[in-house]
Amino acid sequence: MGLTAQSVRLESLKDIYEIEKGHGQHVVALVGNPNTGKSTVFNYLTGLKQHTGNWPGKTVTSARGEYKYKGREYILVDLPGSYSLFTASKDEEVTRDFLCYGNYDAVVVVADATCLERNLNLLLQVSRLTKKAILCINLIDEAKKRNITIDRQGLENELKIPVVLTAARSGLGMDELKKAIESVSLKQGESEDLKNLSYLECGPEIREKITEQNYIYANELKKKYVKEDAGKLNRDKKIDDIITSQKYGIPIMLALLGLIFWLTVQGANLPSRVLGNFLFGLQYKLDALFKAMGVNDFIRSLLVDGAYRSLAWVVSVMLPPMAIFFPLFTLFEDLGYLPRVAFNLDHLFKKAGAHGKMCLTMCMGFGCNAAGVIGCRIIDSPRERLIAVITNNLVPCNGRFPLIIVLSAAFFAYTGTFIDSIIPALFITLMVIIGVFATLSVSYLLSGTILKGIPSTFTLELPPYRAPQLGRIIYSSIIDRTVFVLSRAAVVAAPAGAITWLLANIYVGDFSILIHAANLLEPLGRIIGLDGFILMAFIAGFPANETVIPVLLMAYMTTGRLTDFESIDSLRQILVSNGWTRLTAINAMLFSLLHWPCSTSLWTIKKETGSLKWTLAAFIIPTGIAFLVCFITAGLYRLVSG
Amino acid sequence: MKLADVGVGKKVKVQKNSAHDYLKERFLALGLTRGAEVEVLRKGPKNNLTVYRIRGAMIALRNEESSFIEVT
Repeated sequence: MGLTAQSVRLESLKDIYEIEKGHGQHVVALVGNPNTGKSTVFNYLTGLKQHTGNWPGKTVTSARGEYKYKGREYILVDLPGSYSLFTASKDEEVTRDFLCYGNYDAVVVVADATCLERNLNLLLQVSRLTKKAILCINLIDEAKKRNITIDRQGLENELKIPVVLTAARSGLGMDELKKAIESVSLKQGESEDLKNLSYLECGPEIREKITEQNYIYANELKKKYVKEDAGKLNRDKKIDDIITSQKYGIPIMLALLGLIFWLTVQGANLPSRVLGNFLFGLQYKLDALFKAMGVNDFIRSLLVDGAYRSLAWVVSVMLPPMAIFFPLFTLFEDLGYLPRVAFNLDHLFKKAGAHGKMCLTMCMGFGCNAAGVIGCRIIDSPRERLIAVITNNLVPCNGRFPLIIVLSAAFFAYTGTFIDSIIPALFITLMVIIGVFATLSVSYLLSGTILKGIPSTFTLELPPYRAPQLGRIIYSSIIDRTVFVLSRAAVVAAPAGAITWLLANIYVGDFSILIHAANLLEPLGRIIGLDGFILMAFIAGFPANETVIPVLLMAYMTTGRLTDFESIDSLRQILVSNGWTRLTAINAMLFSLLHWPCSTSLWTIKKETGSLKWTLAAFIIPTGIAFLVCFITAGLYRLVSG
Repeated sequence: MKLADVGVGKKVKVQKNSAHDYLKERFLALGLTRGAEVEVLRKGPKNNLTVYRIRGAMIALRNEESSFIEVT
């Protein structure tokens, strides 16, 4: 028994492949080579905002959405990008299995108009498997820019399936696509589609023959129906000659990273202050309102000084940098820069025994480590995937960035000259480099010890550069981040603030619980150049790293020196009056960068690895590094400062 | 000749794909079948990766991988 529906279909798989559909509903699958704009087609049709980006492997799980057309409902399934139905990397398996066993009524094969020959191989495979295929030649706008013209009618006559030309970003041709989906879905109802599964079961020699035939045919089709302009083809090559050159590749990358951070820090300054003034001003009004309403003092203080204050802090400090950093980052992502970063750094990852695509999962970690961990599915070899999962946390995420920005601004750049504006950016860049260095070292150690093995094979596609849609990126990623930060602030920061306030105001003996806890942690904190309060704040930040600074501030402020937080300068004063030095700031940044993953990330690691042992390793390894590094810097600092 | 030994700027034709298992399938999927035209575009940092134009797409391969492809 080979690969048949009977042998593979387990009861548990049912809800994955059998999409529940009501009467009159149709299931439509979206497949295609990586990076052909499937997600953009998906978003356009469903109105959903699935994240898109110009690099292969971005969609690792299937997304689902719905849309209506002429009174009928369609359920759209966006499958991970696949080069072929024969290869089986983890994400490609999802696609293959869905096409074999899914209950779809139509399959839209999304192809890149600028690379049609390669894309046709998958189409030919799909149309051998099922009669419900539609060829959607996307990115036709990019093709036009390169003087590529495609004879749609000719292809349709030849292939005998509907062919549509689209530019999903601008909506061009999407109506035709909907029409084609409708006609295929309705026709299909008349006769049961017999999937030709035996086709995928053949041996390697036959598969090679089939692929060879497919490509000969694809090449013929291309020669017949596609006209190219060789001169325009070389544009990307010229850009890449600089961006990925041996000499300038890495310096350009570092400069761009620094520039992004500089723009982030600079741009966030003013909005942060405005938001802070507004939100903290509101605090007094809220306080007065509660007083007027006769709310009990304890409850009032819990809500205002505890919950509201940390919420306000998280929003005013986190929101502006995130709303600037992510659009910028997305810009480079949409341009197609990320695979070039992977290209430039592959030799380092290879030496460390890790996979070159780890670069991409690390970049995802900037947004959220949990997302980065899931993204590790793009790495085929289990050994290297595990390394990428365990080390992903060493890239500072959304929740930890602001801590680094704020502390570096407060302790190393507070006089307001131009040079000062560069310092926080330099610090963050430095922290990221330290994070990358730690990642490589851990990978090297792991691949030399418990995860022994040779680097697995590596093929990396450098997608064509594409003009990003500035307005849409800025709009959607600002909205995205605003919603993200606000919801985190409400769900995590406010409760954390309330709990911290309670702990700071419930006394056992002469001291509050908070002080007891901090005193307990004090010796350990001192050894690594921090103090008990900081360590406690990091522990309290386990559910969400955003809360570290607000919890810390509250802990400091409730111990007597009650100061209002208004600006970076007042933050510095609060910290300095609690014994902070530049060493404390550096070590707090390092600790934040290197310490244990947050609870969500750990839970995701457990889910992705399915192993308690590796989840534990993912906790212990970074924690060990954080303590070790801070211990060393503290020692060095003491040596130098005598 | 092996693809890994072809100089930058040259265009060659694939004669044989002698990789195994997963890598072989991946090569085939990318269009490295017999007779396919490959152009060597550029070497990356430390000469580790090389970019090839294969079926209209730019694909980077390590020398370890491109050694499996025999070309003329």
